[in-house]
Amino acid sequence: MTINGYLQLILYVLVLLLLSWPLGLFMAKIYGETLPGSVRWLSPVERGLYRLCGIRQHDDMSWTRYAFAVLSFNLMGLLAVYLLQRVQVWLPFNPQAMANVTPDGSFNTAVSFATNTNWQDYGGETTLSYLTQMLGLTVQNFVSAATGMAVMAALMRGFTRRERDGIGNFWVDMVRSTLYVLLPLSLVLALLLVSQGVIQTFSPYQSAQLVEPVAYEEPVIAPDGQPRKDEKGQPVTEKKTTKEQVIALGPAASQVAIKQLGTNGGGFFNVNSAHPLENPTPLSNLLELLAILLIPSAFCITFGRFVGDVRQGKAILVAMTIVFVALLMFCVSAEQSGNPLFARLGLETQASDQAAGGNMEGKETRFGIVNSALWATATTAASNGSVNAMHDSFTPLGGLVPMWMIQLGEVIFGGVGSGLYGMIVFALVGVFVSGLMIGRTPEYLGKKVEAFEMKMAAVVILTPCLAVLIGTAVAVVSEAGRAGIANPGIHGFSEILYAFSSAGNNNGSAFGGLSVNTPFYNILLGVAMLLARYWVIVPVLAIAGSLAAKKSIPPSAGTLPTHTPLFVVLLIGTVIVVGALTFLPALALGPIVEHVQMINGH
Amino acid sequence: MIKELKPALWMLLLMSVLTGVLYPALVTGLAQLLFPHEATGSLLENNGQTVGSNLIGQPFSDPRYFWGRPSATSPMPYNAAASSGSNLGPLNPALQEAVEARITALKESDPSQKLPIPVDLVTTSASGLDPHISPAAALWQLPRVARMRNMSEQEVKQLVQQHTAGRTFGILGEPRVNVLTLNLALDRRKPQ
Repeated sequence: MTINGYLQLILYVLVLLLLSWPLGLFMAKIYGETLPGSVRWLSPVERGLYRLCGIRQHDDMSWTRYAFAVLSFNLMGLLAVYLLQRVQVWLPFNPQAMANVTPDGSFNTAVSFATNTNWQDYGGETTLSYLTQMLGLTVQNFVSAATGMAVMAALMRGFTRRERDGIGNFWVDMVRSTLYVLLPLSLVLALLLVSQGVIQTFSPYQSAQLVEPVAYEEPVIAPDGQPRKDEKGQPVTEKKTTKEQVIALGPAASQVAIKQLGTNGGGFFNVNSAHPLENPTPLSNLLELLAILLIPSAFCITFGRFVGDVRQGKAILVAMTIVFVALLMFCVSAEQSGNPLFARLGLETQASDQAAGGNMEGKETRFGIVNSALWATATTAASNGSVNAMHDSFTPLGGLVPMWMIQLGEVIFGGVGSGLYGMIVFALVGVFVSGLMIGRTPEYLGKKVEAFEMKMAAVVILTPCLAVLIGTAVAVVSEAGRAGIANPGIHGFSEILYAFSSAGNNNGSAFGGLSVNTPFYNILLGVAMLLARYWVIVPVLAIAGSLAAKKSIPPSAGTLPTHTPLFVVLLIGTVIVVGALTFLPALALGPIVEHVQMINGH
Repeated sequence: MIKELKPALWMLLLMSVLTGVLYPALVTGLAQLLFPHEATGSLLENNGQTVGSNLIGQPFSDPRYFWGRPSATSPMPYNAAASSGSNLGPLNPALQEAVEARITALKESDPSQKLPIPVDLVTTSASGLDPHISPAAALWQLPRVARMRNMSEQEVKQLVQQHTAGRTFGILGEPRVNVLTLNLALDRRKPQ
């Protein structure tokens, strides 16, 4: 890697950690009793919302009631996005007259955005109206993120409360997350992105005169609406020439800002943040990259401050950062080493000040190798899933990094709220295992970790693993599953494994060659997304409720301190061991074999 | 427990107004006020006609123009109404075939150019709309364009440099040449 490459990576990590600190402290206040002065002027809006909805702000919810509020709110959101897609052709703000989306496609997208996965089975600019993008997707980008943050706030209260039934009020946590954190940050980020060239307009698509007319082959459509095929089953095409380029527009910046901040990741356009109108410059790229990890990283500080010992949060943040940096370096070096094929064909692949070199298939010139690999690692560390390069075209080991990052359970930063609550569950398992080793009752932050917490932790950790592995197995053995494969050989298996890893951990990125807009994948991946979201949220709330009801015990000589380097190692070890044991066999069949094939020149 | 359904419905409605109507409307208003050119696609005009966007590439195959990155959009390359990458895996035989064909086309366009071809010039971009090539890829094509247009290499080089952007703040991103604005400048210089 070049010196500039190192500089870009160091700059990113440093700025990220610096920004996380003040935001983390701010967020600790908004989940407390009294709001910080800087946002108190907004509180009439907050109280107005409660009044209109008939919510009593100081109603303390038990964990079951909290979970029911989460589920009913998310169900309403899911239904709204489904309905919007099914009737969009009759609604306003549809200048390109986008047709209604199919039932299975609408189900998949509705689930995808309600669960904060933001998997895209569609191409934004060819499928969705401006209204659906705003009123359906943008809204869910906010509230699904706020849902994750609320659940995390409830878990924090589990640690601070003693012998109490309640863990807070979901509506208050959700509204505060949206109003005081997500909305202000999105507004600022959206305008910064527009200044770089991200579009924000309600105009219809713009036609431009090409400098050089282009000849192309257009598939002939038979009267039944299907592409016509010849006797050999090849699509029939006719020669055409066009002098025009139609440029897709729309209200993108407002959605891109929250898609990054809320770790949603669903792009306005088909190619997501690789699109020049969604991510036009290296600066917009840095801003979007920072937004991906900002809130998940800040939440560690929030957690530490909230439980009264910032060191606790810092230890978790350090563990996340270590894993992130290690996998990041691996991904950059794999992509920079590139595809031996390109060197064999006599191409210039060395990085220099004149060209990025490396594996440039599926990457943009302005981002080159370093920023594409950095993005791939960050977007999968977080459960973001937006992309600025095509993961499907990464080298086998370069593609293994995002895939494994997802499979670790989206706890290395992870989603907003959801990443940290997942990581805390791993911390509980970590202290439990070490507690057994030293023969003491395990405890974390003054709370005894007992059988109930461990059962719930097992559900949290194992559900996504099962969704990924069983889903992949079903798709691989079924005709409908294999029909979607785009790349021959081992890579086709990797495409399926990646798809279920992504859905089964609510990430949303893809090896995009796989054709997933079919009833088979839409439904199976939709179910995987639902399991991965709610079979984690409900047990986490159960843990929160159970912890809140416990006494707090003062640390003793037998207590394992949870802010030390030893604990950091223990936490990383727990995450890696679970992730490696569960997925190494599948990874060996996919990217690892493919890498061996590649270096052997097949 | 059923009593949470009513606040859920109301909250969704109010949140939809707040984040799905007011927020995008506010961003649009401010964007159109502060950055009207950027917010509407950074469009380029020539004699009152829209000739493209500063941020969106166009297909070029005439040897008198600099060529951009190969594009995997369909049915035509650089289809800015349906962005797409190739999604070809590193070992897909189709990738090798496509890259070999592009190498052949480039070598035929300038048999005297003996420098190795920069990899970005024969691999598809992620969006299919990449407006840029690396400075090395522009340099590789420079003698051809100069010859086809009866310009001195020095003259073309100056134009290339005018349309080259360095790393932002000297650190971020990669140096790059905007192919569309460069070709428009070439046409302005030596009208056909």
